Amino acid sequence: MALDAKIPHGEMDKKWTDYKGHVKLVNPANKRKLEVIVVGTGLAGASAAASLGELGYKVKAFCFQDSPRRAHSIAAQGGINAAKNYQNDGDSVFRLFYDTVKGGDYRAREANVHRLAEVSTSIIDQCVAQGVPFAREYGGLLSNRSFGGTQVQRTFYAAGQTGQQLLLGAYSALERQVALGNVKMYTRHEMLDVVKIDDKARGIIARDLVSGELESHFGHAVLLCSGGYGNVFYLSTNAMGSNVTAAWKAHKKGAFFGNPCFTQIHPTCIPVSGDHQSKLTLMSESLRNDGRIWVPLKKEESRNPKDIPENERDYYLERRYPAFGNLVPRDVASRAAKERCDEGYGVGTTKMAVYLDYKDAIVRYGKIEAGKAGNDNLSHEEIVALGKKVVEEKYGNLFEMYQKITGENPYETPMRIYPAVHYTMGGLWVDYELQTTVKGLYALGEANFSDHGANRLGASALMQGLADGYFVIPYTLGNYLADEIHTNSISTDHSAFAEAQKAVSDRLNTLINIKGKQTVESFHKRLGKIIWDKCGMARSEKGLKQAIEEVRALKKEFWSDVRIPGEINSFNLELDKAGRVADLIELGELMCLDALDRNESCGGHFREESQTEDGEAKRDDENYAYVAAWENKGDSSWELHKEALSFDIVKPTQRSYK
Amino acid sequence: MEHYHMNLTLKVWRQKNSKEQGKLETYQVKGISSEMSFLEMFDVLNEQLIVDGKEPIAFDHDCREGICGMCSMYINGQAHGPWQQNTTCQLHMRAFKDGDTITVEPWRSKAFPVLKDLVVNRSAFDRIIQAGGFISVNTGNAVDANAIAIDKKDADDAFMAAACIGCGACVATCKNGSAMLFVGAKVSQLALLPQGGPERESRVLNMVAQMDKEGFGNCTNTYACEAECPKGISVSNIARLNSEYLKAGLTTETK
Repeated sequence: MALDAKIPHGEMDKKWTDYKGHVKLVNPANKRKLEVIVVGTGLAGASAAASLGELGYKVKAFCFQDSPRRAHSIAAQGGINAAKNYQNDGDSVFRLFYDTVKGGDYRAREANVHRLAEVSTSIIDQCVAQGVPFAREYGGLLSNRSFGGTQVQRTFYAAGQTGQQLLLGAYSALERQVALGNVKMYTRHEMLDVVKIDDKARGIIARDLVSGELESHFGHAVLLCSGGYGNVFYLSTNAMGSNVTAAWKAHKKGAFFGNPCFTQIHPTCIPVSGDHQSKLTLMSESLRNDGRIWVPLKKEESRNPKDIPENERDYYLERRYPAFGNLVPRDVASRAAKERCDEGYGVGTTKMAVYLDYKDAIVRYGKIEAGKAGNDNLSHEEIVALGKKVVEEKYGNLFEMYQKITGENPYETPMRIYPAVHYTMGGLWVDYELQTTVKGLYALGEANFSDHGANRLGASALMQGLADGYFVIPYTLGNYLADEIHTNSISTDHSAFAEAQKAVSDRLNTLINIKGKQTVESFHKRLGKIIWDKCGMARSEKGLKQAIEEVRALKKEFWSDVRIPGEINSFNLELDKAGRVADLIELGELMCLDALDRNESCGGHFREESQTEDGEAKRDDENYAYVAAWENKGDSSWELHKEALSFDIVKPTQRSYK
Repeated sequence: MEHYHMNLTLKVWRQKNSKEQGKLETYQVKGISSEMSFLEMFDVLNEQLIVDGKEPIAFDHDCREGICGMCSMYINGQAHGPWQQNTTCQLHMRAFKDGDTITVEPWRSKAFPVLKDLVVNRSAFDRIIQAGGFISVNTGNAVDANAIAIDKKDADDAFMAAACIGCGACVATCKNGSAMLFVGAKVSQLALLPQGGPERESRVLNMVAQMDKEGFGNCTNTYACEAECPKGISVSNIARLNSEYLKAGLTTETK
């Protein structure tokens, strides 16, 4: 099967306008007859469900949490990018497009990224209209800040809770449509299969997680907005429930999986403290705007960081990357931290951490405040006190979070940070219309692969989720559904639903009847360790080959020795988790396979075999300028399809932040 | 921080489903690190229960960083436990000492029925939002984001109210099971912003009507909700809710 990305012809900056001008429309009377299923209610899902409900489609939305407001988009901290150029600092749609393609290390599709940059401005308008309380200046207009990997201030934010505020905005729009009867909401429901009829997606099998019963739901189209798969690493900044199951079921039903090995390791997370750890907590990247990252110059340094003098500190990002300093993109910052720790300069009890220091920022802000008040006779302590207030206003909630977890006061002692898995750029392969390789099956937000290439820039995930849901799918879905107006709703008595439901039921029965000795959690931890060690921040042919063998062995062991207590037809959290871990194990194998195939370093994917003399990632455009789209061919068997990437506007160069 | 390990006695509410009676059961956990989070301590206990062939304790949790609002334990008589402005998932074991007995119950409120063990049904909150916790603006309707300047103080106050995570600790804490802090926070956020103006009156009337219909109790100004709120949502939002409600009641024709 040849992959067709369906990129519209014409000039890059006219493609989306032309597409919208010529796309098929569905008249309002027909929209009422068309049913759409939305799986997941994060930024992509909630915005899509609300927007499609507003248009008049009959929407059913599903989430596994107890309310759509809990989806993990809520935890995004730093902000959302938009090419508004409110700061008059040279930003434009083109710049945002350019930065995103470059930041993605030339492994994203130009046309998609350009569209993303174009609609970014409408997202901010929409959110403000919904009552999202973004940060403002004293004049009453919106405030911006800068973020890693860019040189303009284009990030809109609501303290360190931007994801929360954006999600609550989308959630309120969604609940409004629920009240109007345009959307029916199914909470505590998990999608366990896609139903296909005549090669088109026509519905899903979902499990009511309270009663444990299986349900069939018909839809003229199915939208997967189910997020990323960072939990394959066990420890990640994802929520505990985040999983790959919906995307994986789609993959098994014919949707190709794009670039599964492209995962993002975020540089500023709170380090692991022990074996009991269940998840990692991110400290927003915005902290790098004012904080300085360093390690001691001396190995085996045992002094309190406050007592280490300036000339014995190595501000290694500022040293290695003078142009961007502490604001280099995430992949670069993460690898640099790993390099220092691997060399033995790490700090803290585990020696797997670096310092993020606010000492200088506090003094700098304190002096500004003193200057504003015309007070130049202040003592150092008084300046520090003023500076702390400013830092508290900007980052207070993050500092508080750090203190709660570690018990240390970051205003006094430098924070300890280390990289952690945060986001997955890979996901279901989609064309320009966000349609997967299964007709009528779409993937939005983090669940698809499309816009971030091999590395996502900060504050771009919220932008993409909302772009897909508010401003892309309402147009592209119509183009498909316009040809479906003659398809009447199909009864869930249809044999395709019965067969799919039986297959799901059989699998649940198999799982619960294994009655082995080991817990689901213990398998998940072991999977995470394999993937983190061998398919994490650095990857090699030898390690990946070993990992594939280990994951296969783990899968076999899981299916013969997992222990799941309780019954199927009941509220059974262990059974829910078992199904998800089983899917993550299979995905883990594909990730390693993909990482093995891509014998180049790009973005977050670092192959040890492919690096420059000074240890920077070395891309290989001649051989690897493609999207790897994997077709499932049964158990542990995949066929690789390649979508060649062409760069007409942003000419690939070796990324340099020096 | 000084690390230490502890042995604890847990008394945990077990209830098979919404229909059956529940009761407190006692468990011993050993070797708990002071660096663990409270939920990680529960993970340890659950792993032990599974290995012993028993059913693990069901509890709600997801983000484990204090923002999704899913975790909901009533610990030693306090919603989200002993720390101020803190969710259960952020509570760490250094709050306890070796030999402690900890009692853990679900949220208790008529409007939040128990589904299993420590898991309750909070869908009433969603229905209150459906009644009016939104601004009626369809996708694509919006004008430029900087077209309306908003006083920074109003924007900041709106944000403070919007920081509510919808966990329900206020309801669980209130002796009347009142949801006034939750409703007040949303009404305040939207009343403080000019975008919320057109629906200001119908919003407050409809949300309060839904709140009453769901079986939440009345507010008698004990302020326990504010004291236990993990996000420090202020009771001044309840005052604003009352004032909005009164004004809307006086000026709206249809009620």
